[in-house]
Amino acid sequence: MDIRIENISKTFGQHPAVNSVSLEIRSGELIALLGPSGSGKTTLLRLIAGLEHPTGGRIFFGDEDASRKSVQARNVGFVFQHYALFKHMSVADNIGFGLRVRPRAQRPSRREIRARAEELLDLVQLPGYGERFPAQLSGGQRQRVALARALAIEPRVLLLDEPFGALDAKVRKDLRRWLRELHDKTGHTTIFVTHDQEEAIELADRVVVLNKGVIEQVGTPDEIYDTPASPFVHQFIGEASSLPVTLSNGEVWLADRATGLRSEGNGEAILYFRPNHIEVVEGCSGCIAGVVVGSRRVADTRRVEIEIGAGRHRVEIDLPVGHPAGEGSRIAFRPTRWRLYLSGASENAAPRKVAVHA
Amino acid sequence: MSGTAVMRFRQPSVLPGFGIALGFTLVYLSGIVLIPLAAMILKSAGLGWAEFWRIVGDPRTLAAIRLSFGASLLAASINAVFGVLLAWVLVRYSFPGRRLADAMIDLPFALPTAVAGIALTTLYAPNGWIGQFLATLGLKVAYTPIGIVIALTFIGLPFVVRTVEPVLREFDREAEEAAATLGATRRQTVFRVILPSLLPAILTGYALALARSIGEYGSVIFIAGNIPYVSEITPLLIVIRLEEFNYAGATAIAAVMLAISFSMLLIINLIQAWSRRRFGHDG
Amino acid sequence: MTVENMLVPSAAGTAAPNRYEATSETRGVRIVLIAIAVLFLALFLLLPLAAVFMEAFRGGIQAYFAAITEPDALAAIRLTLTVAAIAVPCNLIFGVAAAWAIAKFEFKGKSLLTTLIDLPFSVSPVISGLVYVLLFGAQGYFGPWLSAHGIQIAFAVPGIVLATIFVTFPFVARELIPLMQEQGTGDEEAALSLGANGWQTFLFVTLPNIKWALLYGVLLCNARAMGEFGAVAVISGKIRGLTNTMPLHVEILYNEYAFSAAFAVASLLALLALVTLAIKTFLEWRFADGIAAAGRSH
Repeated sequence: MDIRIENISKTFGQHPAVNSVSLEIRSGELIALLGPSGSGKTTLLRLIAGLEHPTGGRIFFGDEDASRKSVQARNVGFVFQHYALFKHMSVADNIGFGLRVRPRAQRPSRREIRARAEELLDLVQLPGYGERFPAQLSGGQRQRVALARALAIEPRVLLLDEPFGALDAKVRKDLRRWLRELHDKTGHTTIFVTHDQEEAIELADRVVVLNKGVIEQVGTPDEIYDTPASPFVHQFIGEASSLPVTLSNGEVWLADRATGLRSEGNGEAILYFRPNHIEVVEGCSGCIAGVVVGSRRVADTRRVEIEIGAGRHRVEIDLPVGHPAGEGSRIAFRPTRWRLYLSGASENAAPRKVAVHA
Repeated sequence: MSGTAVMRFRQPSVLPGFGIALGFTLVYLSGIVLIPLAAMILKSAGLGWAEFWRIVGDPRTLAAIRLSFGASLLAASINAVFGVLLAWVLVRYSFPGRRLADAMIDLPFALPTAVAGIALTTLYAPNGWIGQFLATLGLKVAYTPIGIVIALTFIGLPFVVRTVEPVLREFDREAEEAAATLGATRRQTVFRVILPSLLPAILTGYALALARSIGEYGSVIFIAGNIPYVSEITPLLIVIRLEEFNYAGATAIAAVMLAISFSMLLIINLIQAWSRRRFGHDG
Repeated sequence: MTVENMLVPSAAGTAAPNRYEATSETRGVRIVLIAIAVLFLALFLLLPLAAVFMEAFRGGIQAYFAAITEPDALAAIRLTLTVAAIAVPCNLIFGVAAAWAIAKFEFKGKSLLTTLIDLPFSVSPVISGLVYVLLFGAQGYFGPWLSAHGIQIAFAVPGIVLATIFVTFPFVARELIPLMQEQGTGDEEAALSLGANGWQTFLFVTLPNIKWALLYGVLLCNARAMGEFGAVAVISGKIRGLTNTMPLHVEILYNEYAFSAAFAVASLLALLALVTLAIKTFLEWRFADGIAAAGRSH
């Protein structure tokens, strides 16, 4: 089922948590709302669920305007970070709850409800756990029960609020993979909120990057990683180093030095590149050069911190483990893939124009 | 300091003073509580079964026990219902005077029972503020069993409120939201999700209120009619027997009351153990 | 919790945002529930309290002061204060000793001991007095021995003190035990390792940690000690001017139809109750951590 979000806003007191956000979600998609704390991603999810009332804008489920509908009427499946299971009910009763509270006319028989609960327990790989109580389950098991409970009502859309945030790293990894498989099997439109970019990139068909209540970019994981639309996205996804540069005569200049990069345009800009997208150059006819001030081992490379020029800008680059550069040595490099964000652009402002390279 | 006998029964520790502290505690406890209680139980045992049951089975005694128990049950039930309501309102809502109301809940704990007794009697007597009003409706409260229930409701008021409040405060609000997303109306959520998980706390409070009410004396004897077989509570009967120097009678009835009190204590502990097992937490 | 999910308490009638707005009761339901709750409290708590003070001053201020300064009333006040002055410290020392033994050491039978300490709470006040009459009354176990030696316990002040100690027995211990258990033995062990002896450790390390709970327990103990009626009614001789505490004096006045006077003395007790509540609320508000863990029942 398609979901269309039109200029949705939600303000708490003076503070706009979600600021005129528009988004289209295709039926059957697994989409991630990604952003740091305070970005509005959870609020947006809750607005879709009906757990918050918007201060402006509308939400459409299919062709129907759901904005004024109560949460009960929206038929969404919501999974909370801390499971929110009903502690005094057995697992089977938890799962069957949504079916038991239906008005008489639409309520299935007790036998049907029990059967459905068992079917779902099989689906979430907890067969036979029906008579246990939440207190007897591990975190990962509880979250699977929560998911089964949400699925029992055959929701139009599945909403997950940082579903693995409360779990151990290993369990998180396993459940991530399992969620993707589940989604592929059941085909529900699924929206999940996370602050973990690895999770978003690994799981989602598309990623929505949010910052301070607005959407910075919507795209596939590849698009987000390879072609970030703003400085914020660039530094939030993957790693990035940045330098203030000047564009003139088709060249990119760092202070009074040519960086060896070419671009159109004139004026101030910020250069972004990833530490691993660089090549070391000997001698400098157009390069970025600086002094090594720190170095640490990261998996198979060495992450080296370099201080550049009179402005003492610091960037990080990756060098091969055996590279001889040590503290105090001079090193010159050139980014192989990089992006420019024009003047006035910073992580905190919407970029006016983006120049893409490589 | 501690001999080997003590070492066997407790784990060694560097802290001093175990001997004196425990010793003093045991002596004080025995002297003030255990020995007097034991003496009383012994005395009633000394009556012999036949005599014991004769006294207890006496119609007047039975009427008093029935009254004490029945009025306590009713009062505790009223307090269970209103206690939950009060706890809900105090925890979930904000209104002017909420802090004051919350503090006042403990008044029945702090106010001497005799003061409560005469105050309630004055209010509900035929010429009292409330009594007058009720008289026009044809209702007589003071000097009847209904008056007893009113007094016991006052006494038991804080119990359910205070046991339910902390549980309600800690309640997982996301579970309520989950219920709503699953399609439950607010009423369904309250009755199927919230109240059931409050049940252990409600039961504990109920049992505590009940236990307190059965033995209550000061706040009841003024407003009760104290008419034998009709509005005479068990503690009063004990006092009357004492004044008649009928020590045997007093002891026998007291023993029955003790037995009831201890069973209530046991029930309370069982409720808490059950809830700890079922829910993984107390109440 | 992310920044946007702040729970802002909503005052009735304002538009302050409430995080759980979408899943709360409607405003109408809320108002009705609040109204019922407030009415219930007013009916059961406020009215009786108001009645005490109104009846006390019914005869005018002169009559009020006359009633509370009358010799028998003053004797009652003195006796009440004396009894409390003995009972509370006794139970205080006991409470501290018991809490020390129970909280700082591991031994078999601990939970039995704790249950036994709670016993007086579940015993009817009348029975609390009865047991001492049975022990020390003329026909009691020690009766003959006591009269042979000319010692009067039952129906005299010592009996009243004993009965009062019985009913207020657990108050201090119950406040201290959970708290001291929670606090553990770390601080004391540290003090000992630094060379302090037992008493120094207790005075300078343990006591400061429990001072608010101690105060709280003493407060409750005192309120009950001064207000106890049932137990004292049984064991006191009800001899005016000699073995009457304030609650008993109230009863006597009331039964003689001296209503105003009865309420006048009662108002002093009510005032004590209000002061106790006020201090209790203050302590709970300010020193919530310094007072026992949740889960207490009175």
